Amino acid sequence: MAVTEKELQEILDQYPSKVQKNRAKHILIKDGASEQIIEANTRTIPGIITNRGCAYAGCKGVVLGPLKDMVHITHGPIGCGYYTWATRRNKAKSEDPTQNFLNYCVSTDMQESDIVFGGEKKLAKMIDEVVEIFHPKAITVSATCPVGLIGDDINAVARAAEGRHGLPVLAFSCEGYKGVSQSAGHHIANNILMDKVIGASEEEKAGGKYPINILGEYNIGGDSWEIERVLKDIGYTIVSVMTGDGSYEELKNAHIAELNLVQCHRSINYIAEMLETKYGTPWLKVNFIGVQGMSSSLRSMAMYFGDEELIAKTEEVIARELTRIEPVMEQYKKICEGKTAFCFVGGSRGHHYQGLFAEIGIETILAGYEFAHRDDYEGRQVIPTIKTDADSKNIPELQVSADERRFRLKVSPEKMEELKQKIPLSYYEGMNVTMKDGTIVVDDLNHFETEEFIKILKPDIFASGIKDKYVIQKMGIPAKQLHSYDYSGPYAGFNGAVNFARDVSMGFASPTWNFIVPPWKDEPLLTGTVNEEGVA
Amino acid sequence: MLDCTPKEQKERNSGGAINPAKTCQPIGAMYAALGIHGCLPHSHGSQGCCSFHRMHLSRHFREPAMASTSSFTEGASVFGGGANLKTAIKNVFSIYNPEIMAVHTTCLTETIGDDIPSIIKSAEIPEGKLVIHANTPSYQGSHVTGFSNMTKGMVSYLAEATLPVKKEQVNLIPGFVNPGDMREIKRIARVMGITSIMFPDTSGVMDAPLTGKFSMYPKGGATVEQIKDSGNSRLTLALGRFASSEAAELLSKKCQVPASVLKTPIGIKATDELIMALRRAFSQEVPYELEEERGQLVDIMTDTHFHFHGKQVAIFGDPDIVTGLTEFVLSLGMKPVHVLTGTPGGAVGSGMGSFEEEIRGMLAAAGVSANVKAGGDLFTFQQWIKNQPVDLIIGTTYGKYIARAEDIPLVRVGFPILDRSVHSYLPIVGYRGAMRLIESISGALLDRADRDATDEDFELVM
Repeated sequence: MAVTEKELQEILDQYPSKVQKNRAKHILIKDGASEQIIEANTRTIPGIITNRGCAYAGCKGVVLGPLKDMVHITHGPIGCGYYTWATRRNKAKSEDPTQNFLNYCVSTDMQESDIVFGGEKKLAKMIDEVVEIFHPKAITVSATCPVGLIGDDINAVARAAEGRHGLPVLAFSCEGYKGVSQSAGHHIANNILMDKVIGASEEEKAGGKYPINILGEYNIGGDSWEIERVLKDIGYTIVSVMTGDGSYEELKNAHIAELNLVQCHRSINYIAEMLETKYGTPWLKVNFIGVQGMSSSLRSMAMYFGDEELIAKTEEVIARELTRIEPVMEQYKKICEGKTAFCFVGGSRGHHYQGLFAEIGIETILAGYEFAHRDDYEGRQVIPTIKTDADSKNIPELQVSADERRFRLKVSPEKMEELKQKIPLSYYEGMNVTMKDGTIVVDDLNHFETEEFIKILKPDIFASGIKDKYVIQKMGIPAKQLHSYDYSGPYAGFNGAVNFARDVSMGFASPTWNFIVPPWKDEPLLTGTVNEEGVA
Repeated sequence: MLDCTPKEQKERNSGGAINPAKTCQPIGAMYAALGIHGCLPHSHGSQGCCSFHRMHLSRHFREPAMASTSSFTEGASVFGGGANLKTAIKNVFSIYNPEIMAVHTTCLTETIGDDIPSIIKSAEIPEGKLVIHANTPSYQGSHVTGFSNMTKGMVSYLAEATLPVKKEQVNLIPGFVNPGDMREIKRIARVMGITSIMFPDTSGVMDAPLTGKFSMYPKGGATVEQIKDSGNSRLTLALGRFASSEAAELLSKKCQVPASVLKTPIGIKATDELIMALRRAFSQEVPYELEEERGQLVDIMTDTHFHFHGKQVAIFGDPDIVTGLTEFVLSLGMKPVHVLTGTPGGAVGSGMGSFEEEIRGMLAAAGVSANVKAGGDLFTFQQWIKNQPVDLIIGTTYGKYIARAEDIPLVRVGFPILDRSVHSYLPIVGYRGAMRLIESISGALLDRADRDATDEDFELVM
């Protein structure tokens, strides 16, 4: 089933003209024969029921939140800190539980007087209080909307606190109105981690073989742990993860890796580029979601290092894992085969999960991202052509250059070129290319379009987030949260694929769907017999 | 779990919160607005606010929480959000077609001082449609204040006194409670034969049935007509001082409807007070149906008193809920030794500075000495428990970390409950709600006794 241009136009025609003009650029029907451009990372029109959040959510909520050994202070009224407290399922464990602060929410809880007279003093006191109570290795301060408006200089407060306490206090000006979505906050957070944390240690060499960083992996539902299980088994040394189950202590060493893996392209690709510029460390686009994605990512990594022993071990581990999980996946595939899905997630999962859906026999007929940029759809080759607008200009750009002391080409330029022909080294092809002709790509899908596309395409499952979930289920369609995994997981890696297949199958197989229509709706109240002869 | 919380309590003077027991105003306003039939709440601020509030409401109720946003950018923050709000109003009516939009502000738009009434006045609003608003600065009060402010907004925009003589009907302002509670309060009035108008009323909205069809504006909610007609009622009962009294006072001023502020009817005494207030005002005898329920409740309380009598309990949550719970556990013979709300006791407006005073009054009458705090946080609450352990914690889902860290059973009551289901469908108010609370409290204590018992002390009958 597909949507025709005419049907798409009929959906758009229901919009007021300005909205129509805008939204038309964010939706396309995939046509491999033509070069298709999609508009992304631009403002959502006021009044549109969007799934998007804000820069603070992307900065403190997504990127900083998982760093377990730092106390994260939210400078603002109470809500922002409260909503990013333990809600995102970025799991972490620590050898020293007194240095794992993930169960804590620290907020300056700004009051009216702070708005009127400024909140700098309160923030300074809060930092002092945090140091006294928690003795953390480092502290972050994230700004919320009013902070920028009243002109609190959080950088100055942080610098002064660093002087008083002798520990790093990092300030993030991630006011919610900056940029157009969470994506702005990812940039603000990552740029400062790049600038102030990565490379801050004196380490120059990893303690084990094949040292790597995993970038853009947030350990939702334990994803990173499942990935690391396999990587460690093969023989890799994981220097740091940005930022799932991550820590300030590990992140300081990220410069010593020989390869950076990029899982979530959207939130971190620019950091991977900077690490390459600064330290000479190439990056590899990986996709640890799905059996195929996981296997081919492992093979690409082995090819990068080019060590025969590593390649052999990689094949051995893949074979072992496949033997174990394939029969189980087959069972779930029987339940899911032939079904269709919508897959609308944040910035990379909208793409990554399509492969896993396909492995259990489910075709993705509509996909999109909440806060991606054009390159996540069309591939990195479009980056030079992306126009910067007022909303992206207010996110500070970080310029890096080669670190004279530490820059070292990990691979010769000739070898790089050779590898690039074979593996996605420093490259991401984007989502669109993998989608079938006739399927729909939608950027910043909104509530209205959700309802309209469901009416036409009638998907069997809708993968999205909590704000959509119960809307979809009211329609009698199973909805799978791909931000929180419906409190299940991990979904990454080999075991994750099985968990996902199990959970999706459960969504289809649940007997509860059979009860939606009450029995009396199918049976007339008064029943009688029909006299065939027509005589009473 | 929470291994960084020291037992030793030092004075904290930053004024900041560690592990808050409240959130900000707008979510309360959004929830209240969902209690108007055919209403789309609108968040005038950055997208994140709307997203966070919708997520949290959906997690608590396991229901859609539909709302739109003004999607502020830096430009709007500098030049004012008038254009954003006007665009939003136009788009919302043409795309989502609600009967009424309820706009609430955020800390952003309060800080820049957007004048909402004049923006609404100059907006394109289709014939027959309405836009109301409430100022909900996130830097004052809590989510309960936001609920109160939006409820007040309903009165100020909609309620009208159009008749020379008041109607034989009562306004019931339920406060920040679940749809299941609202249904129960309405049922009590119905059983007594009294016509009632409840607003906000999220029953039928935030507990809507699964029918195979999504309806953006489900059947439930107080209709605009009902809220208008509330100005013609003979009496308003504001249930819960913090969430409901201001709307009732405004209605009294605006439409001369006498108001009476009662506790959220949690437990036997507060339910008795609600029923007595209705009985007196409408000269309606209490029907056997309610008398029977009350008798059953007393029967249960008496039969099982040894399950909970003398047990020490720590209670936290929203002020109206905590007040009701404290009174109820005292009537069960329990000892509430730590009582805390995150909402400031001296919140906006009058008559609200009394949380600590009211709780202390109840405790003094029962001869219990306790830690009591308004505007507190869960860091303090945990430290209290470390210094004086308890048998039971009653509070929201956020209490589960303390419960685990201190190895104490937790009974989940209030907002939000994010890790259990069904709670929003069934009441904690009224006599039936009290029975449900006893089942939870007694069950939690007995489960713990079973868990801790040695084999030889493990009892079949308890």
